[in-house]
Amino acid sequence: MARASSTSRKLTVTVFAWLVGLTLFFPVLWTVLTSFKTEAEAIADPPSLLFFNWTLENYVVVQERSNYFRYFWNSVLISVGSTVIGLIIAVPAAWAMAFVPSPRTRGILMWMLSTKMLPPVGVLIPIYLIFRDMNLLDTRTGLIIVMMLINLPIIVWMLYTYFKEIPGEILEAARMDGAQLRNEIIHVLTPMAIPGIASTMLLNVILAWNEAFWTLNLTAAKAAPLTAFIASYSSPEGLFYAKLSAASTMAIAPILILGWFSQKQLVRGLTFGAVK
Amino acid sequence: MTRLTCTLLGACAVGALSSAAAAQTTLTIATVNNGDMIRMQGLTEDFTADHPDIELEWVTLEENVLRQRVTQDIATNGGQFDVMTIGTYEVPIWANQDWLLALDDLPEDYDVDDLLPSVRTALSVDDTLYAAPFYGESAMVMYRTDLAEEAGVEIPDQPTWDDIMTAAEAMTDQDAGIYGICLRGKPGWGENMAFITAMANSYGARWFDTDWQAQFDSEEWTSAVNDYLMMMNEYGPPGASSNGFNENLSLFQQGKCGMWIDATVAAGFVTDPDDSTVADSVGFAQFPNKDGMDNRGNWLWAWSLAVPASSDAPEAAKEFVAWATSQGYTQLVAEEEGWRAAPPGTRTSLYENPEYQEAAPFAEMTLNSMSAVDTSAPSVQEIPYTGAQFVAIPEFQGIGTAVGQQFSAALAGQVTAEQALQNAQTSTNREMERAGYQD
Repeated sequence: MARASSTSRKLTVTVFAWLVGLTLFFPVLWTVLTSFKTEAEAIADPPSLLFFNWTLENYVVVQERSNYFRYFWNSVLISVGSTVIGLIIAVPAAWAMAFVPSPRTRGILMWMLSTKMLPPVGVLIPIYLIFRDMNLLDTRTGLIIVMMLINLPIIVWMLYTYFKEIPGEILEAARMDGAQLRNEIIHVLTPMAIPGIASTMLLNVILAWNEAFWTLNLTAAKAAPLTAFIASYSSPEGLFYAKLSAASTMAIAPILILGWFSQKQLVRGLTFGAVK
Repeated sequence: MTRLTCTLLGACAVGALSSAAAAQTTLTIATVNNGDMIRMQGLTEDFTADHPDIELEWVTLEENVLRQRVTQDIATNGGQFDVMTIGTYEVPIWANQDWLLALDDLPEDYDVDDLLPSVRTALSVDDTLYAAPFYGESAMVMYRTDLAEEAGVEIPDQPTWDDIMTAAEAMTDQDAGIYGICLRGKPGWGENMAFITAMANSYGARWFDTDWQAQFDSEEWTSAVNDYLMMMNEYGPPGASSNGFNENLSLFQQGKCGMWIDATVAAGFVTDPDDSTVADSVGFAQFPNKDGMDNRGNWLWAWSLAVPASSDAPEAAKEFVAWATSQGYTQLVAEEEGWRAAPPGTRTSLYENPEYQEAAPFAEMTLNSMSAVDTSAPSVQEIPYTGAQFVAIPEFQGIGTAVGQQFSAALAGQVTAEQALQNAQTSTNREMERAGYQD
C-alpha cells in the first residue's frame, strides 16, 4: 500500500516536472522550428508543428546579410572578459566577507544586492555621458566594464555562499604553516572552491551573453554582440518571423550547448547551501 | 646597412598605411529593419565603387529600439552615427533643436523639386530640407474585391465611414473566419494611435485647441472612438486589442479580413503572390472621411535619412544620403529587382513612370493618398501644432502611448468608451500642464 502510494507520488512529480520542463522549453523549440519555415508558413493559421516544407533559406539569408561571427566574437569577449575580471575582484571580496566578517558584512552584502534592484534605465543617461566622455561608446572594453559591474553582486554573493561552507580551520592551518594571504587564497581556498567558482563563472557568462539592455544601448556597429544581431531582425512593418527565428537560434545555440554540457555544475552551484 | 634599409622601409610602410587609414572615412548608418532598407544595404556596392574612400557600417534595429537609440545619441551629442534613419515625427522637432544638418547643398542633379510636395514639407523647417525621404507612406483602404462582390457591396475610390461600415457588415462571416474589417488595436503612439488619430482627423477632431487644452471631451472624438469600437467589436477579429501592423498583415494575407485600413506600404505585401493568398483580389481606396468632412485622415510617414550635427564626417554622410534617395538609386533598384521593388512615396517621377504604374497596381492610390495630406493642418479645426497621425511635439510619444492604452483597454472591454475618453482627457491635460504648454 505504502509502496503503491510512493510510486504514484513519484509518477505525479515526474509528470509535473516534465510538464514544467516542456512548458519552459517550448518557446525555444518553437523558435527553432519556425527558423526552418518560409515566412508564409511562419504566420500560417493554424500553425504547423512538423509537417511543413523544411528550408535552410532563412539561415542563408541571415548569414548573407549579417556578419554573424563578428557579433559572436564580441559576445564571447564581453561575456568571458567581464566574468573573469569579476571573479578576480570577487574572490578576495568574498573571502573577506566569509572568513573575516565584520559587523557591517551583512549590510554590505545586502547593499551590493540592492544595486541589482535599480532599474537600469534610471542610470542610462549618466552612464552614456560618462562613456561618451571616456570614448568608451561602442567599445568592447566599455561593455566588459559594465557587464562586470552589473554582475559583480551576483558573483560575490555566490562565492560568499560557497566559501561559507569551507571550514575556516583549513585556512588557519595553512596560515600556521606560514602561508601568506595571497598564497592562502590562490593555493588553498581557490582549489577547494573550484566547483563553486566554475558554476559562478558559467552562470555569469550566461547572464552576460543574454544581457540586452546595455549591449543595445552602448554599442553601434563595432562592439555589438549577438543581442544586437537578434534585434536587427525584428520589424513592426513587414514579416520577418522566420528570419528572426533563424537569427535567434544562431544567437542562443552556443549558450544552449554550453548550458547543456555544464548543467550538473550549474545546478550544483545554484543549489549549494540551500539544504543543510 | 641592411638594418637601416629595413628600418626605413618599415617606416615608409607604416607611414603609407597610416595615410591610407587616415584617408578612409567610415560612416555608421543607423537604420530600421524593413524590406526597402535591407535592399539598400545589398546595393551599396554601387555607392562604394564610386567612393572607395568611404566605408559603410550598418546598425539595423527594430523601429522602437532604433528610435530610442538614435534619440539618446543625438540628445547627448554622442556622435555614434553619421547617418540616421528617422521619420516625419522627429525631423521638425530635431531640426528646431539644431540637432540635424540642413540638406541645402545637395548635388544639382539630385532634383529636390521632384520630391512629393507633402513629403518635402513634412521634412522641412522654414523651407529648408533637414532629411531626405527614402520611402514614404500614407494610409489607405485595402479590401478583398472577391468578398465585396460576393457581398454585393461596392467600395468607392473615396469612401466615407458609412460606406466602410456598410461593407464591413456585409463582408463579415464569422462562421467562415472572415472578419469585415481589421484595424490596429495594439497600444502605442505609433500603433493604435496612428490609426485612431487619423480617423479622428477625418471626423473633424483635434488633439488640442489653440490653448493646448486636450479635446477628448469633444463630440468629434466621442463619435470617432465609438465608431472605431463598434466596427472592431461587431466586424473585427477576436483579440484585436493586441493587433498591430504585422498581425493584421498576417490576417489579411491569409484571407481573414474583408478590409484593412493601414499604411500604404502594405499594398506591396498583400499583392505579393509569394506571401499573400489573396494577392490577385485586392482593391484599393483612399482613407475614408466622415460624410461632408474635407479631411482624409492626414496620415503621412516617410522614413528619411538625416545627418546629425554630431557626425564627424558630414560631407561623406551627405554624399551617401544623396545617393540613397536619388532618382539614380530608384533606377538601380528597378534594374536589379524590378520596378515593383522601387522605394515608394518619395518622388513624383516614379509615379509618372509607366513601367512603375504597370508593375505596381497600387501606385495611383498611393499617390492620391499622399497628395491629400497636409501636415501643416492635420485637423479641419484651428490647432496650435503640425503633424499628421501624430502631434509633432516631443511629449507626444508619452502622451500618445498613454491615450493608446486607454483606447486599447476600451477595445478589450476593460473600460467603456466614455471612461477611456475621460481618462485620456485627464491624463493628457495633466501632462501638458506639467510640460508647461498650458497657462
